[in-house]
Amino acid sequence: MKFFITTLTALVTVMVTTTAQAFCGFYVARADTSLFNRASQVVLVRDDNRTVITMANDFEGEARDFAVVIPVPSMIEREQINVGDRAIIQHLDAYTSPRLVEYHDGDPCARYDREELMSQDAALPAAAKELKRSARSRGVTIEASYTVGEYDILILSANQSNGLIRWLNENGYNIPSGAERVVDSYLGQGMRFFVARVNIQEQSKLGFQYLRPLQVAYESNKFMLPIRLGTLNAQGKQELYVYALTRTGRVETTNYRTVKLPTNVEVPEFVEGEFADFYRDMFTRQTQKENERAVFLEYAWDMAWCDPCAADPLSHEELRKLGVFWLGDNEQEAQRRMQPRAQNVFVTRLHLRYDAEHFPEDLMFQETGDRQNYQGRYVIRHPWKGEASCDLTQYDASVRERQEREAQLLANMTGWDIADIRGKIPFAGGIRPETVKEPWWKRIWD
Amino acid sequence: MKLISRLADPRYYQVAVLTTLLGIGVFVLDFGIRWQNAVAIILTAQAAQFICSRLSGLPRFDPMSALITSLSLTLLLRTELIALAVAAAAIAISSKFIIRVNGKHVFNPANAALVTLMLLSDYAWVSSGQWGSAAIGAFGLACLGFLVLTRARRAETTIAFLACYGALLFGRALWLGDPISIPVHQLQNGALLIFAFFMISDPKTTPDAAIGRVVFAALVAAVAFTIQFIFYQPNGPILALILSAPLVPVIDALLQGTHYRWENPDAQSSTHLKGVQT
Repeated sequence: MKFFITTLTALVTVMVTTTAQAFCGFYVARADTSLFNRASQVVLVRDDNRTVITMANDFEGEARDFAVVIPVPSMIEREQINVGDRAIIQHLDAYTSPRLVEYHDGDPCARYDREELMSQDAALPAAAKELKRSARSRGVTIEASYTVGEYDILILSANQSNGLIRWLNENGYNIPSGAERVVDSYLGQGMRFFVARVNIQEQSKLGFQYLRPLQVAYESNKFMLPIRLGTLNAQGKQELYVYALTRTGRVETTNYRTVKLPTNVEVPEFVEGEFADFYRDMFTRQTQKENERAVFLEYAWDMAWCDPCAADPLSHEELRKLGVFWLGDNEQEAQRRMQPRAQNVFVTRLHLRYDAEHFPEDLMFQETGDRQNYQGRYVIRHPWKGEASCDLTQYDASVRERQEREAQLLANMTGWDIADIRGKIPFAGGIRPETVKEPWWKRIWD
Repeated sequence: MKLISRLADPRYYQVAVLTTLLGIGVFVLDFGIRWQNAVAIILTAQAAQFICSRLSGLPRFDPMSALITSLSLTLLLRTELIALAVAAAAIAISSKFIIRVNGKHVFNPANAALVTLMLLSDYAWVSSGQWGSAAIGAFGLACLGFLVLTRARRAETTIAFLACYGALLFGRALWLGDPISIPVHQLQNGALLIFAFFMISDPKTTPDAAIGRVVFAALVAAVAFTIQFIFYQPNGPILALILSAPLVPVIDALLQGTHYRWENPDAQSSTHLKGVQT
């Protein structure tokens, strides 16, 4: 049997699949993280030197061909590995997603009034609704056997790890070129590996159509994410989302710049229908501005609440399943103490686009004392469209001014053509504002 | 004459470079320095310097060193709580006057404040990655310019530290079989450069003899490397400096050298001024 190798998630090193080359083609543009091809999601729960990591898999090939080699910062035992619930990660994704909010101008003839109307449903149409629904599903009890869920886990001891490459070769796994060097480097840094393969019988018994996330709990000073193996295959850049759940405050990278994306920006009305395109292009533009070497902050918030909410905060039970070990065991107890929502959990959502050239070193993190809330929030202000009982000339002029300002901001943020943007804006009163012809040099440095 | 002697004081260049860096950090990189913190740190440091000068009977109030400490603290310390910023400045300046051996203060003031707050509070931290690699070029130039302008007086501490730390990083990459881009990336760190040019270089808290300063810088580099790459903790250099500082009086006892004076850095006299120097 011939195997092709590709890399999938940040931690996944070796993927054995006959459909590897095709998996990029399965994506359909949606909101949330699925907007980006080759996106992987990792949840890092961290306090002191304890870490619980959950790795969401977007693999869509034949399950029987799936095998991953995962580096971990310390020696682990079987009980430290678990199979998680994909719906919880999808819920976390929805909860932390950048959001679009809209306001409607009040009747200009009465008094100017702004009303916040909505949160996510219009902004993240189909995907968010689906995520909300799936987030309600419950996890499955994991069998306490050598086979964990649908995975056969092979924990390699230190000695076996040293012969990892040889072992993989002997077992028919082809290693991407360059993997040996990286594996050697990781072994030199005291990292260990385990192999997870799908047990087809177990998988059909469990009835899952997709691969559930793998979870590992370990104790190590290293607050890091190994991404180097993920960059070995020359398939271009990859997207990575890291959700960090900590006790104190925001998490940032110590060896790369962590940058906040532009937020609380007013955008033209038509962005409502093109929110996914808007966000993707804006993100691309911002990465270019940072020379493609920055990690972006998309959300930082106390898990107890949100405003506006793109999805409900995660429940006590969901957080426990993600490995937030400092929460009490018992939900009833938490409720008795008048804590309907989880306390002492701060969530940070980081997003990066990486390859070996721009991110040569693994991501190193630190928890900061920063508890300031941050969210990617984009605002649509709808002009008054009702009956007018007075002269609207002045109001229309102010709306047109606002629309023009929004058009320029949007062009600046996304790199979209300003003329195209203006063409999509229904300017108030049907009058296009007179635009001063741009000097030829205005955009040559963009 | 007075003007020339003033220009000989490298602290003016330090203030100029640090202020420029602060400007870049706030206006270009937008990396979370709060102006309230900057004001609180600068005012508290000057007040503490004034009070401590009076209490210890110093002949005159010298605002320059306290200003440099304030700027270093502002660049490196991150906190949401203004009280912690005030505490940092107060700890920094008072440590100069309180913890002294043989007429020299033991700890670099900004270093002492940073470590104290990081250890005692969850709400103070150092953002070492926030400079980004784009700014590093300009940053490196500013630092080199500083060396040239001050005619490299006592620059061996900085050079020895960077050389040893760099050698350890490249040696590690060689041993692990890592590409060279990794140690190069590790050296392109703004906080590391601030540390090397404006903290460990402090002539007041490094050994008096040139050879002693080189030994001391190598020691700090080794400890920093151990913290960062063997214990995998962030802020290795800052922690290494505070751990190594108590050895400075020992090195001074073993190796004879000249006590440093800001106002006249070229002086070869080994006689110490009376009273407390800062």
